[in-house]
Amino acid sequence: MENLIRIRDLAVRFHTYEGVVHAIDDLDLDIRQGETLGIVGETGSGKTMTALAILRLIPYPGRIESGSIVFFDRDLHSEIELLKLSEDKMRSIRGNKISMVFQEPGAALNPVYTIGDQISEVFLLHRRRLLGKRANEQVDRLLRDGDGFAAGIKRPFWRWQRRLYNKIAQESNPFEPRFLSHVPLFRRLLWRLKDESKLLTVDMLKDVEIPDPARVAVHYPHELSGGMKQRAVIAMALACSPELLIADEPTTSLDVTIQAQMLELFRRIKVEKGASVLFVTHNLGVASEVCDRVAVMYAGRLCEVAGVEEIFLNPLHPYTRALLDAVPMPGKELQTIPGALADALNPPPGCRFHPRCPSAMPVCQQERPKLKEVSKDHMVACHLF
Amino acid sequence: MSDWKFMVRQLVKNPLSLIGIVIIFIFVIIAIFAPLIAPPPEGHLNHYMIPRDGYSATPQLPSEEHIFGTTEGQYDIFYGVIWGTRSAFHVGLVVIGIVLVVGIVLGSLAGYFGGVIDEIIMRITDIFLAFPALILAMAIVSALGPSLKSVIIALTVVSWPSYARLIRGDILQVREEDYIEASRGIGASNFRVIMRHALPNAIYPTVVMASLDIGAVVLAAAALSFLGLGAPEGYADWGQLTSFARNWIVGPSSDPLRYWFAVTIPGLFILFFVLGWNLLGDAFRDILDPRLARR
Amino acid sequence: MRRPVGAVKAVDGVSLAIKRGQWLGLVGESGCGKTTLAKTAVRLLKPTSGHIYFDIPDEVKAEIEELESLGKNSVKLTSLLKENDLATFSGSRVRLFRRRAQLVHQDPFTSLDPRMKIKNIVAEPLTIHRVLSGQARETAVKELLSTVGLSAGQLNRYPHQFSGGQRQRIAIARALATKPDFIVFDEPTSALDVSVQAQILNLLKELKSEFGLTYLYITHELLIAESVCDHIAVMYLGKVVEMAKPEEIFHKPLHPYSQSLVASTPVPDPTRRVGRIVLPGEVPSPANPPPGCTFHPRCSRASQECRELEPSLELVSNDHYVACFHPL
Repeated sequence: MENLIRIRDLAVRFHTYEGVVHAIDDLDLDIRQGETLGIVGETGSGKTMTALAILRLIPYPGRIESGSIVFFDRDLHSEIELLKLSEDKMRSIRGNKISMVFQEPGAALNPVYTIGDQISEVFLLHRRRLLGKRANEQVDRLLRDGDGFAAGIKRPFWRWQRRLYNKIAQESNPFEPRFLSHVPLFRRLLWRLKDESKLLTVDMLKDVEIPDPARVAVHYPHELSGGMKQRAVIAMALACSPELLIADEPTTSLDVTIQAQMLELFRRIKVEKGASVLFVTHNLGVASEVCDRVAVMYAGRLCEVAGVEEIFLNPLHPYTRALLDAVPMPGKELQTIPGALADALNPPPGCRFHPRCPSAMPVCQQERPKLKEVSKDHMVACHLF
Repeated sequence: MSDWKFMVRQLVKNPLSLIGIVIIFIFVIIAIFAPLIAPPPEGHLNHYMIPRDGYSATPQLPSEEHIFGTTEGQYDIFYGVIWGTRSAFHVGLVVIGIVLVVGIVLGSLAGYFGGVIDEIIMRITDIFLAFPALILAMAIVSALGPSLKSVIIALTVVSWPSYARLIRGDILQVREEDYIEASRGIGASNFRVIMRHALPNAIYPTVVMASLDIGAVVLAAAALSFLGLGAPEGYADWGQLTSFARNWIVGPSSDPLRYWFAVTIPGLFILFFVLGWNLLGDAFRDILDPRLARR
Repeated sequence: MRRPVGAVKAVDGVSLAIKRGQWLGLVGESGCGKTTLAKTAVRLLKPTSGHIYFDIPDEVKAEIEELESLGKNSVKLTSLLKENDLATFSGSRVRLFRRRAQLVHQDPFTSLDPRMKIKNIVAEPLTIHRVLSGQARETAVKELLSTVGLSAGQLNRYPHQFSGGQRQRIAIARALATKPDFIVFDEPTSALDVSVQAQILNLLKELKSEFGLTYLYITHELLIAESVCDHIAVMYLGKVVEMAKPEEIFHKPLHPYSQSLVASTPVPDPTRRVGRIVLPGEVPSPANPPPGCTFHPRCSRASQECRELEPSLELVSNDHYVACFHPL
């Protein structure tokens, strides 16, 4: 399978008042076309930061210090180095080619706009050409079928509209639509674009299995339940058929039964849209439900990456094994991992996990283990291998 | 790094807050050492009454004898502003002190218990807040007779409702926190919960407001004195001094700024005093927010 | 001026008995009333109606049973019941109760007073109940901290200097201060990482056996309840719908809701996918519950009876209770 995202030597550091935190430390990771890659880890593992780094949304005082994130754009058949893009070009990728779903659906939705408005906004921002084309077709239809006196009067007006929408559809960016969209009174003349975006919005809501989408579209976020809100956010993220959907703990704040519905939705999205999904979670159960491959991170470094069956049935890295043992299962003895999570300001030297590792060797304290392919498509960063 | 150290560091890093601290510090020194800086003349009984050098109405320009000159009635301005610092602190601290106690007690009761207690206390504050502050203060001072004591009483009556409201709002917010419920869970009495848990966590905005208000109270007291509704005549009080300068703000047409010292010097003292407290209050507010964010 | 606009039945007619030494898990999703029930059990909330009986002394219990068996609805019986009803306690009686029953909150980041040193936080119950003082108190605090796995050298620190897991340990130490018999845990690990959660759960197991405690454990994660509890009660919209041993709930759930709960819980085992029994719809708002059996709108087995009548919790087999007209 080809790669969609290639991360190499990524380093993200936070320069805080108390010291430097290595949130991500020389990360190498690939996201392949059409796969759902899960990143699993606990607090401080760097999983959320990885997701944010791809979209260059790392909050201050964090900075991407080094490394490269290459995005293989299918449409343009080109490689784009995301870390070197200008902010403008980055903006055209966010929400469009790569989009993100966050943990709290309530926080991702603006409370003063309806759901429909917010999803339409995505179309209006990134899909103007498509909307222009559809509006054009609409006017064409009117010109063809229009009959009678009223139609006759409106004709020249329609013809002008057709020219206008044609220009938008071809993205020649002429003066007229730019002028119109800024002058308040005339902005309404572009209402056909809005109409078309509303139709696309309802389609999108149907796609994410929201019942009665047309009615829900005029609701405000506070009128919806958590599960519905998260679906709306997913609709927003999928609106432009992105090539990569990044989901940062999207089901953590939802009830278990609603979560099951969401996971089903994610599985369907993978099949129907063919998009890749980067699924960040701390819940191993959720990862096993929805992911094709799973990456385990600890203290800013990658420990193990493998296919979902491999990693749960045959975990190699001591941290992965300890993590699996610590998940409460009925009838199973709960194993704890001794010690505490690595201190972000003062992490252990060499392998970050060595103070808590049952198989630690002297070399683990001195040298950082490199990521090696131990068996087919199963990579581990551990001195045991 | 402990909390206090962090706070002090922030306080010192900010240049404006540093200026505020320095200003207040200077005023404190002046107030403490007033008898040394402006020694009262021999046999002068009440140190707070400004010594008079004659009874002429025209202010005298600054001279060797009177460093800042004299104002109408030949009151020594220098003596007046130095001892006036003491009056200013007196008024400011007493008013704010009483207002804090009253406001905190009533505000906490209203915020913590809610219900009928809350309604009653809030309606009472509403009544007081319905009057324009200065007007109410003027009315009270007029009724009680002009003196520094009536000024203090008037300003206390006028200022306490805002504090009650502020504390009430903050207590309402803190009341919902888990640790409050946890302390009830271990059996703490309401009194203990309020005093040990709710108040210490809710008090910071009030502290900020109090430090800003000291300046405002002194300004209000000066305003009242300017209108003649304050300290008795001849009392060392900045507002008094400005009131004496009322007729001398503009001098003869040939030399309009002749008597500038009469109104400007007391005015400058008021200005810097209020400025110092304002900067200090702003500094408190600034360091509280990032500290909470740092959590 | 405020007026009530409507009532929300957070907990609707729940009857539960917890035996001494039991670890009862209360499982349910948001809005089912488990937190309300937990807080009412320790009288942090006053029940609108109903009774709570906590550790009635044996003689009184014998008397009550005798009077009940006599059948007469005597005045003595009602007054005895009322006297021992925790729901009507006030003032000092509640305070005495607080020495014997404690609550550990869900969020360790907000349940400790940020302005207090942890030695004062843990010592506070001792101070309030005037149990120990001075040197003895300090020793007791150090002992408590070491019981929960914290070192005595951190006595003078503030909560924000600790991690989530450590803070939860401090909260547990505080709960143990007055040597209670009964501790209620409100989702104590939901804000914690997996490895930390495991440590806390093991700690709770140790403490329970060392001090002979009785636990009421609230959680929304069935896996945790099944792993540590010896009895589970499943709640839905203010009612207990099923109560049984963990293995029974996991392998043989009788209530359709429990079944979908078990089926929806993801486990880190790729060979076991979440079942097709994905529950449709959303949890109704507790302000407007459906009539009859509150679960019927989402239940695949609902009948006319379910729409009209409320099923009551009944013993079906060995220690297994269900409230359903058509149990599985």
